[in-house]
Amino acid sequence: MKRRNFLRSSLGAGLAAGAFMSLGGYEKAFAGKRLPSNVDYDLVAVMGGEPAAMFDMGIQALGGMGAFVKKGQKVLVKPNIGWDVVPEKGGNTNPLLVKRIIEHCYRAGAKEVYVFDNTCDNWIKCYKNSGIEQAVKDAGGKIVPANSESYYQEVTIPNGKKLTKAKVHELVLSSDVFINVPVLKHHSSAMMTGALKNMMGVVWDRGYWHRNHLNQCIADYALYSKKPSLNVMDAYNVMMRNGPRGVSVADLSNMKSLMLSTDWVAIDAAGAKLMGKEPSSIEHIAIAAGMGIGKMDLATMNIHRMKM
Amino acid sequence: MRSSALKHIRTVFAVLVLLLFVFLFIDFRGVFGDKAFGPILYLQFVPSFLKFVIAGVAASTGFIIILILTLLTGRTYCSFLCPLGILQDGVSRAGGLVKRRFRKYGYKKPYTILRYFILVVTAGILALGGVYVLTILDPYSTFGRLMTYFVQPVALFINNLLAGILGKFDIYSVYRVDIKPYELAAYIVPSAFLILIGLLAFRYGRLYCNTVCPVGTLLGLLSKVSLFRIRFDQDKCTRCGRCSMACKSSCIDFLNKSVDLSRCVNCFNCIDACKENGMSYGLVRPKRKQEKPDDTDASRRGFIAGSLVLLAGGSRLLSAQGTTPSPTRDSTVREDRLYPVSPPGSSGIEIFTSRCTACTLCVNACPTNVLQPSTSQYGFAGIMQPRMDFHSGFCNYDCTRCTDVCPTGAIMPLMPEAKKLTQIGKAVFIKENCIVHTEKTACGACSEHCPTKACHMVPYEGRLLIPEVRDEICIGCGACEYACPTRPFRAIFVDGNPIHEAASKPVTEELNTVPSEFPF
Repeated sequence: MKRRNFLRSSLGAGLAAGAFMSLGGYEKAFAGKRLPSNVDYDLVAVMGGEPAAMFDMGIQALGGMGAFVKKGQKVLVKPNIGWDVVPEKGGNTNPLLVKRIIEHCYRAGAKEVYVFDNTCDNWIKCYKNSGIEQAVKDAGGKIVPANSESYYQEVTIPNGKKLTKAKVHELVLSSDVFINVPVLKHHSSAMMTGALKNMMGVVWDRGYWHRNHLNQCIADYALYSKKPSLNVMDAYNVMMRNGPRGVSVADLSNMKSLMLSTDWVAIDAAGAKLMGKEPSSIEHIAIAAGMGIGKMDLATMNIHRMKM
Repeated sequence: MRSSALKHIRTVFAVLVLLLFVFLFIDFRGVFGDKAFGPILYLQFVPSFLKFVIAGVAASTGFIIILILTLLTGRTYCSFLCPLGILQDGVSRAGGLVKRRFRKYGYKKPYTILRYFILVVTAGILALGGVYVLTILDPYSTFGRLMTYFVQPVALFINNLLAGILGKFDIYSVYRVDIKPYELAAYIVPSAFLILIGLLAFRYGRLYCNTVCPVGTLLGLLSKVSLFRIRFDQDKCTRCGRCSMACKSSCIDFLNKSVDLSRCVNCFNCIDACKENGMSYGLVRPKRKQEKPDDTDASRRGFIAGSLVLLAGGSRLLSAQGTTPSPTRDSTVREDRLYPVSPPGSSGIEIFTSRCTACTLCVNACPTNVLQPSTSQYGFAGIMQPRMDFHSGFCNYDCTRCTDVCPTGAIMPLMPEAKKLTQIGKAVFIKENCIVHTEKTACGACSEHCPTKACHMVPYEGRLLIPEVRDEICIGCGACEYACPTRPFRAIFVDGNPIHEAASKPVTEELNTVPSEFPF
């Protein structure tokens, strides 16, 4: 049933996206055939399409979701659902993107796909008004609460400078695959929020991070053993100022972009650049790169750029 | 009518009403829509009366219907519609089941002086502008507090237990909701009434309703002359006394074959108990003289003046600090809060505290827990009236739920767009406590949460940014204070506006920076 639904919706989306599409391997994504794996890309960047279609194209360049999700696995998809705002405000990850990622996971044979976020605004309103709760349900996934400390378990962060332990959501521990789906935004505290910063939504006590060198803590958390297998950055409507909540739609730049990477420092560096900032000027990116967590020098990366 | 069906109809109706009100108050999942509260609460006497007389809402006519209903039928309200009364019936029933002899029914003389004294004091102080006696004695609000303070935590506990079990089976539709106690002092009155009403109901049925409750006493004045009433059939009665022993109000003097109508709550137990069909409920020719409630002409001006005096007493008091993890370095400067923060839609502290009976419905309905019962923040007389406690939560920018649920007019409805421009307080930044200043590391949690960017970041030392507040667009939602990580004192807090003000709309210019190529 799921497979059939997926194929049907894929066909619809494919037809719609086809009109905007330049030449490329896009249609192959819908043929269900997997291209040879090209996971040696440091970064895959897609521009010019709708979120779901860009993801179809981007994941194909990385060898399809099958390269990350194996049959029977439990998958955690972690979008940013931090704010009680509608999708048009760009405060949360695009629900259409979340939906498409979950569909790909199931198509790759995932047993179950879970989604949660430790939100800033009231979690029920965030889940609902972000459109993500519905998107997850539509895709057959499970949206899970993260509103109570009892859902969290303490873990140690090896070699963390400021952050040596954190209480993380039980699903981070119990899932087999972790897909990180941040939305690219300006951020008043960390200057920018992307893949690394999105992890503040899997821990319970964010206040500790704020009190103890926020940017160091963001980088430290990336040392924790349970890392995302894949990072997908939503840069469709990018909040250029007044982040992370945004004041009005005037804060958004309609970049219609999407990036994928297994390196979360690399994807954040690209995000920074997209927002017109040098990666090294974003403290947590610079610290994380310095700690060897990933690469931030975009010039030396193997980047696959695609336009739709 | 002699049928015992009357009693059964009453029981079924009352149980449904009680369940409705219990669910209304423990509804931690927000099942009841914002617009459901108005119709449900329309007939609650005290809230409706306050909303009509003090808040001046002409549509709040429920209490008039109750007055007319009482003139026609007697104290039907007390057995059919008053959740506290129905709850007491339940407790009495439990008392009877535990030990029948323990329950002391049977005719007793009324505490006439005490009950009229309480009514006169309540009405008198209300007329002078003080709602606080009514806050303590209003049966609807008392019921609400019993639910909020004592029943909801139990409901949450059961919910969390269930959530834990279902979670093991990968089912998350039941989610945990943390149980957060209020400040201790807020429990004094509800605890006292839990014990008082519990014990009285357990042993003496409706003694509380016929002695303490000012609504019971007021309606009792009218029910004395009601059209329909319980009466003896002088010929059939054998003076067996069964009616009297079944009477929760202890108002049947079977030896004299008379019923004290001022205390009869129309439970119809006596009709059911009488083996001789000697009790009936029916039409009696009304007497010429009808008494009118004398407290409907309370002066609005008096209310405000009285509340101002109250306010002067306690507005400078600070809220207690919650327990939070200890910081790297303790903050040093105490937040100097001049005024507590009253909820949006309340217009200001004076008006709010003169209308609120602390039923705590808004406290439960608030999705963020920012509304908390006060202890001394509004002054001693304002105890239990909700205030915005930004250590418990912050006011959701798009939410107007408290303004929709309030039955007394203490919080009046606000459209979302109006709410977003209602300034209930202003954020005050204390640089000396700020992480950016003390630790020289980036923070900005306050600005992050600010929905209008009234709290925004400006250059500080090196590449660091530090918060700054633009008063004119701050609405006092408290997101900054809630998010601020410093302890024990926050580096930013909201000082209440004694009278709510209008905030300016945040201005944003259009951006024109859509790239067409990747910049990498």
